Amino acid sequence: MSDVVEKTLTALPSLLSLDSQPGAAKLSSTSKLGNLIRGITELTSKHEEEKLIHRELASIKEQVSSPNTSMRQMKELMVRAIYCESLGYEASFSYIHAIKLAQQGTGLEKRVGYLAVSLFLNENHELLLLLVNTVLKDLQSTNLIEVCMALTVVSQMFPKDMIPAILPLVEEKLNHPKEIIRRKAVLALYKFYLIAPNQVQHIHNKFRKALCDKDPGVMTASLHIYLQMIQENAEGYKDLTASFVSILKQVVGGKLPIDFNYHSVPAPWLQIQLIRILSLLGKNDQRTSEIMYEVLDESLRRAEMNHNITYAILYECVKCIYTIHPKSDLLEKAAKCIGNFVLSPKINLKYLGLKALTYVIQQDPKLALQHQMTIIECLDHPDLIIKRETLELLFRITNTQNVVVIVEKMLEFLRMSTDDYTTIDLVGKVAELAEKYPSDCVCFSYKNYTYAPDNEWFIETMNTVFSLSGDTMQPDIPNSFLKLLSEGFESVEEDRKLRLFAVDSYVTLLKGETGKLPQFFLQVISWVLGEYSHLSEELKPATVLELLQKLLDRKQTSSETKSWALMAMTKLCEGRAGVSVAQQVSETYISSMDTVLRQRAQELQHLSQDSELRARVLPRDADLEPLEVDSSLSFLDGFVSEALAAGAAPYKPPHQRQEELSQAKVLSLEPYGLSLPISMSSCSIADRQSPTLLSMSSGLSGDSTDLSHKGGSTTLKFEGVKRVWGKEGYLAQKESVEEAVQVEAPSPLRSTSQQAEVVGSHSQTPTLTPTPEPEQEKQQLASSLFFGISSQSSVCLMGKSGPTPQRFRRKAKGQSSSSGATEQMSNSVVFTSTTVDNLLCNNPPDSTITSEVDVSSSKHTSELPQGLTAANGTCDIEAELTDSDLKGSSPPLSGDNGLENADPDPHENLDKPQGVCLSSHLPAELSGLCRSEITPLCTLQNLDLSACHVHREDTIVLVVFITNSSDSAVQHIRLDLDSELLEVSCVSESPAKDVRSVAVYLYSLTVRRPAVHVELAGTVSYQVPVGTPQTAQFSYKLPLTAFIRPLTVSTEEYGTMWLAFSHDTKQNLTLINDGQEPLVATLNVLRKKLQLHVVEVIGVEGILACKLLQDQPCLMHFRVHEGALAVWLRSPVPDLPDCLIYHCQRALQEH
Amino acid sequence: MRFLLLFSRQGKLRLQKWFTPISEREKKKIIRDMTNMVLARQPRSSNFLDWKDLKIIYKRYASLYFCLAIESQENELLALEVIHRYVELLDKYFGNVCELDIIFNFEKAYFILDEFLMGGEIQETSKQIVNRCIESSDMLQEDDNSEWYEVELFG
Repeated sequence: MSDVVEKTLTALPSLLSLDSQPGAAKLSSTSKLGNLIRGITELTSKHEEEKLIHRELASIKEQVSSPNTSMRQMKELMVRAIYCESLGYEASFSYIHAIKLAQQGTGLEKRVGYLAVSLFLNENHELLLLLVNTVLKDLQSTNLIEVCMALTVVSQMFPKDMIPAILPLVEEKLNHPKEIIRRKAVLALYKFYLIAPNQVQHIHNKFRKALCDKDPGVMTASLHIYLQMIQENAEGYKDLTASFVSILKQVVGGKLPIDFNYHSVPAPWLQIQLIRILSLLGKNDQRTSEIMYEVLDESLRRAEMNHNITYAILYECVKCIYTIHPKSDLLEKAAKCIGNFVLSPKINLKYLGLKALTYVIQQDPKLALQHQMTIIECLDHPDLIIKRETLELLFRITNTQNVVVIVEKMLEFLRMSTDDYTTIDLVGKVAELAEKYPSDCVCFSYKNYTYAPDNEWFIETMNTVFSLSGDTMQPDIPNSFLKLLSEGFESVEEDRKLRLFAVDSYVTLLKGETGKLPQFFLQVISWVLGEYSHLSEELKPATVLELLQKLLDRKQTSSETKSWALMAMTKLCEGRAGVSVAQQVSETYISSMDTVLRQRAQELQHLSQDSELRARVLPRDADLEPLEVDSSLSFLDGFVSEALAAGAAPYKPPHQRQEELSQAKVLSLEPYGLSLPISMSSCSIADRQSPTLLSMSSGLSGDSTDLSHKGGSTTLKFEGVKRVWGKEGYLAQKESVEEAVQVEAPSPLRSTSQQAEVVGSHSQTPTLTPTPEPEQEKQQLASSLFFGISSQSSVCLMGKSGPTPQRFRRKAKGQSSSSGATEQMSNSVVFTSTTVDNLLCNNPPDSTITSEVDVSSSKHTSELPQGLTAANGTCDIEAELTDSDLKGSSPPLSGDNGLENADPDPHENLDKPQGVCLSSHLPAELSGLCRSEITPLCTLQNLDLSACHVHREDTIVLVVFITNSSDSAVQHIRLDLDSELLEVSCVSESPAKDVRSVAVYLYSLTVRRPAVHVELAGTVSYQVPVGTPQTAQFSYKLPLTAFIRPLTVSTEEYGTMWLAFSHDTKQNLTLINDGQEPLVATLNVLRKKLQLHVVEVIGVEGILACKLLQDQPCLMHFRVHEGALAVWLRSPVPDLPDCLIYHCQRALQEH
Repeated sequence: MRFLLLFSRQGKLRLQKWFTPISEREKKKIIRDMTNMVLARQPRSSNFLDWKDLKIIYKRYASLYFCLAIESQENELLALEVIHRYVELLDKYFGNVCELDIIFNFEKAYFILDEFLMGGEIQETSKQIVNRCIESSDMLQEDDNSEWYEVELFG
């Protein structure tokens, strides 16, 4: 490029000399814009300005709509219109003319037109559609400048839906002979990549060509795309590492043309981009990291000039060095760099140093020690951003010993913060710290803080947090706080004290001025008082009621808070005084316009009158039982079907309605599969949409006792809250034990001396010369802030490689928190699976047997695809079967998940031999197929009933074995099976009516109505030769997955089916992350376990299909979204999506 | 980069460039926030500000404030140099640029910016190339005989 322009410039010397001061000549005093601007600057009042501008706009309006206005004049008018708009006056009449100018003008006129369009119109302005044609035309123009303008505008504000229309043209420009066009095309594609990544997926290898472009500008532009792509998937680009390294080497070595230098640093932007890419590639990858050590060293060495731009490069280098696989001498240099930054008198550099320090501190906590005095100084820095960054740094090095001081510092900052965003962020962090580092920590003293972070500290800190945060707090903070209070810790006595302290402090607060307390806090207070005020002996319920009543009477109290207060009163209204207060209050609110308030008032009124009922629905000291949430709201099914029968339209969730609307309106250009408007981040169990949601409100008002039973806890959101303190007792105790091992429980005194040692060992840092008197306070602060870090880092060798102390402790904590669960998992599978049942589908487990069926069936379904898809797979399985039959002790189907081995259930072993024998009685046509284990159903005097189900391609066959263990024959056996959910038809019965050894009954099953598990009830009756007829009941349960088969459809078929189905559900699932592509891994697991057909996987989305026997399809759409898997299921069968979602969840949990 | 604003010491907006779609109302609010925050800064403080989840990098040149918003994990010093490079480009084009140049020729300032940044990223780091692009297309467009220049310019 440069040489071309060079040539041009030499070819046009005359023109250049005409205008050696290009800017000066353009200040034309006669231009209308000039007049306008001057006119405005001369004015003194806002009012006059308004008048002038309106006059101006009127005249512009008149001229633009006149047909006689030339394009050149139009350009001038447009500039003036832009000016008026930028002053804040609307000139919307000119928008259409801007588009016209871009369309019809030439050269500069066109450019102004495009500029005006890009300034006036927003990305989704409807007028933009008119621009598409112009852009298309200009992209095809032979005039290079027009192409440039089109590319520029395209990268600025092009409607997303219209990208496909111009994409081929932009793509074509990648091969354009002129580098400026190639560069702009690459950047335009980068922009497309950002807004619609799926649409440029197919051109990824063209980006490689751009990377190899001989023009450095084009190459640099392509790096933006690479940075983005590598951020998303570093694995895919490891092979390019060497190329990036060699480019960086050349850049650092000054091989680029000199005009890429910036303040004599060669192409700094390019360097930084490359270093960022390298750090992404080298992360957790030793081999790749090794390739880049040399060039990073070189970059560090070369960047020695004293200029911002070199510091910017150094900063990136430091970050990179600490991100990739560590190398000690590079780390040393990087640490020195950070030191220079932090100690710099330049405030910008100091800030960047702190930022770097925050970044590396988790890997190398001793760096914080080296700079502790600087950090202390920065804590009191007048510049807020420095203070804030310092707090961020401290937040990362918090441990049990320094948490009190750090939290105090953060609260100090909070008290003076005025910015909502910062407040929310900091409040969250303080709450996190306060909950993370609870009681029984080592005592220490700093200034006047002589207490350890104990219960009082916790409550007081949370009080401050609540009162400071205003109403901007994230709602999960109060939720998790209440959860913590209600669940308590390991010791009952401690819990009592904590709650009592909370009650006392809240009563004091309520007695004072409540006007400033935020609503959130008042709600917390109400709940705690309602629940725990009885713990306090001196506190009379009447006093609390009075306080709550006062709260209700205040004008500022929001109606939500009022309902919390009413709820608390409901719990407290005992005694005559209480009842009268309650009556009085409920009188007031029973006619409230707010339905929730009215509801609460009703509850209060009724429950205060009937103390027995109250004691039953609101039991005091009731243990928090896990709430059973029927997420599919199946209890409303009856209501829904009634409504439907009465002619109501079936419910469509809002997104679907929206989609249908938008489909009706707009022509979709996107190919199917990408056009689903998916924003499922908001979907969770809580707000999940199911067809039955329709009658939610009626359910609410219908059963008030049920509601009030749940009382305060219904409104608490218990799921998704991070568990820090829990019943398992993972908490402080364990942690402090760990710490004691690591740290040998240092006393405050010793730690200072230790610190001095560490300080001594880093004598090269200048700040840490011993400082006497005036610094003493800071020293003291330092010793309390950095307490624990010193000793930790002395334990951790170098503190660089491997897990850091901080991290290690966090991890250990996480493990211990889940250890309870994992133990259960490994010890008894049965238990966990029943709890899952219990929690998720509200199916109380009736016996261990049923859950065993679950386990085994899910196990064998994972084997199924072989049996079904490959014809010769049958033989394999058979071989396996006979093999295990011979052994006798291993399960009939060798499951790869080892569930069976972990199951210690004794009777299982007893049953085995029987199972083995029975399996030989399977009819020949079924013997090779996958089946569940043979489960005993019931045992009578001398008859044993067992059953299993066999998967055939088109049906499920239930096989019932009746074994006669006595010598005498059994006669008149009758077997009746019945199920609400299943259609049972008899395939064959054993011919003999009297059984001597084993009789086999076969039934084929089809699903009438989907449910998570379907159950059969059966009766068997028989007669022994001598004796009365006998009957027995039994039940057999099988999961819905047994009825699921893959459905082979093409993407197009899928598309048409998708739109036709009306029942759907959405949910987020966890992704499986085990090395490979998470989406593919997850889909594979689901495919194997649930027998789904993967129709297609495109980028982050995948579509799957399956059918419920016989022919009831269900379509599934998966999309990776913010680390989770958003799933959208559709089917013509009600409930099927919900049930399948449940099984998907289970399958992934078991994985 | 999210947006770039130029405003005077009196808080008058001189230039605005948004790299991500933002509604008009939001824009007005941001402009007001920025001018208030930046103008209220004490002397001898850093050139960086926290604003929501973004970092605001600002620098004053004579009577004009340049204010650039970046994501918080980006490099603040580099952003500062982006501003500086833009000022250099303006300076080269206008020759000793002053606020009045930008007021009266704001469309030129936009054009220069468009050659320098594209889609929120640096497009061309070579000062000469950017400037020549602007000057050459300028000359070509101000002259009616554009066909001829175009051939010359692009070889």
